[in-house]
Amino acid sequence: MEILMSIVSGILFTVAVYLMLSRSILRIIIGTGILSHGVHLLLLTMGGLKAGTVPLLGENAPAYTDPLPQALILTAIVISFGVTSFFLVLAYRAYQELGTDDMDKLRGHENDE
Amino acid sequence: MMNNFVIIPLLIPFVVGVVLIFFKDNIKLQRIISTISLIATTGFAAYLVQLVYKEGILTHKLGNWDPPFGIILVADMLAALLVLTASIVALCCILFAFRSIGEKRERFYFYPLVHFLMVGVFGAFLTGDIFNLFVFFEVMLMSSYALIVIGGTRAQLRESLKYILVNVISSALFVITVAYLYSVTGTLNMADLSQRVAEVNQPGILTTIGVLFFIVFGLKAALFPMYFWLPSAYNAPPPVVTALFGALLTKVGIYSIFRTFTLIFYHQPEVTHQLIGYTALLTIVIGTVGAIAYNDMNKILIYNIVIAVGVIVYGITLTTPAGIEGAIYYLIHDMIIKASLFLLGGAIIAITGTSKLKEMGGLIQRHPQLGWMFFVAVVSLAGIPPLSGFVGKFLLVQGGLESQSYTFVIVLLVSSLMVLYSAMKIFMNCFWRAPKLTEEQEKGSTKGMLYPSAILLAISIFLGLGAEVVFPYISMAAETLMDPSIYIESVLKE
Repeated sequence: MEILMSIVSGILFTVAVYLMLSRSILRIIIGTGILSHGVHLLLLTMGGLKAGTVPLLGENAPAYTDPLPQALILTAIVISFGVTSFFLVLAYRAYQELGTDDMDKLRGHENDE
Repeated sequence: MMNNFVIIPLLIPFVVGVVLIFFKDNIKLQRIISTISLIATTGFAAYLVQLVYKEGILTHKLGNWDPPFGIILVADMLAALLVLTASIVALCCILFAFRSIGEKRERFYFYPLVHFLMVGVFGAFLTGDIFNLFVFFEVMLMSSYALIVIGGTRAQLRESLKYILVNVISSALFVITVAYLYSVTGTLNMADLSQRVAEVNQPGILTTIGVLFFIVFGLKAALFPMYFWLPSAYNAPPPVVTALFGALLTKVGIYSIFRTFTLIFYHQPEVTHQLIGYTALLTIVIGTVGAIAYNDMNKILIYNIVIAVGVIVYGITLTTPAGIEGAIYYLIHDMIIKASLFLLGGAIIAITGTSKLKEMGGLIQRHPQLGWMFFVAVVSLAGIPPLSGFVGKFLLVQGGLESQSYTFVIVLLVSSLMVLYSAMKIFMNCFWRAPKLTEEQEKGSTKGMLYPSAILLAISIFLGLGAEVVFPYISMAAETLMDPSIYIESVLKE
């Protein structure tokens, strides 16, 4: 199971890198979204996917899954959600103000403003 | 109970930042509260340094959970000194912002953002948990995203897009690395990590993880192949924000490199430390090339940040106490002097309205204090004896000679010359020559803008002349870095 998940998150990383190297800002942001999915899946996988009950003490089970990676992922999800929403609004503002979503046209020049 | 002091430098900016949100439109009140809170933080940080000096490493168990199960805050001498320096820098930047940042930005949560930035910085210095370090990095970065774009000029929008993208990627890499580390060791507490890595003597997989950490922190600290985002990103925001960033953000990356490679991944120095060494040398070279190439004050100062990062990071590969002490001394000196240089640069831009050297000239006639303060800052940056830059570089050269890193010594000395040249170029073009602007053409006055830099310069002079007073603290910080067992024992005691 871990091997399968590693391959899946590897594919997610590939897709993310490909998208982030493109010119349109929106594609880049989609790339960051996919990158964070890959990261969270990897975090879950690396914590171990051995069978066990959900980490709720009411279950009275002999074995539980590791609760720590789940807490880490939850933290990482809200952080990347915050960053992504900020990034999206910023891209929207930049599009309004600069009139382009092409990263090639967003180069800084010595003389502009 | 005394150990609760560790959390106070974190708590004050956090609470004050939250409170300031409620007084959005009352700028006067925001200024008063920010000043008081940062003075208080500086006071507590100074007390913390004294406390650590007397009683050794202080720890604070959050929620009274014993390490490694809970999060622990650790104030060793290095962290305490950096917290003190960072709070002084933040205080001076806030004082400078009163005159320079403009009402529009002040109304838009500038002061709360600075406070949250400080929470992130202090937290990153004080934490003893690797995932908590990630969270504090994000606290710091989120505030820096907002600070870099606040005001919303075209250049700021353009550069903040790139800045955020680079940091999103490096944060993702940070989480990946933590995931790998957790799967190998099964712990996140730094002291516990250090023990477990030592038990298995750092096999290949852990060295790989160490190198991944180096890439993550190198992206934050702007080391050689990973520095490309910094020059244009730091050029965009107003000078006071650049001063805050230049003095604090890259330094947190450096501190993390110091922490991880002295505490956790120190068993394979022939791989990791050599990699760090070469990268640091190339960073110095690239920074020097950039500092000489430009005729723009901001760009020159920004490339000087890159040089200093290289110089400090090389210190970790020096195996002698003098080398580590020099790196710590230089780190503290550099935070102070970079903030002061960017603030003085901000005052110059306020007068001339430009950062291009060709459009400046003759400022010394009407602004002698500004001119001579800038001169002192430049001389201190280059490392001329009575000032603070000298002590750090002297110790680094001594450490380099003792550990036979002759290339480093040569590169360091030549780069000092080039730093002096590049910064003197600003001084000569800006303050000497025939005046370009008459009194009426000047874009603004420096009223109230000089005393924050004066405070920083006074500290720099004190660090140089009073090296005897400061040195015991530095050498205590170096001692903890050289011997991880001191750190581990004080965290995992009982």
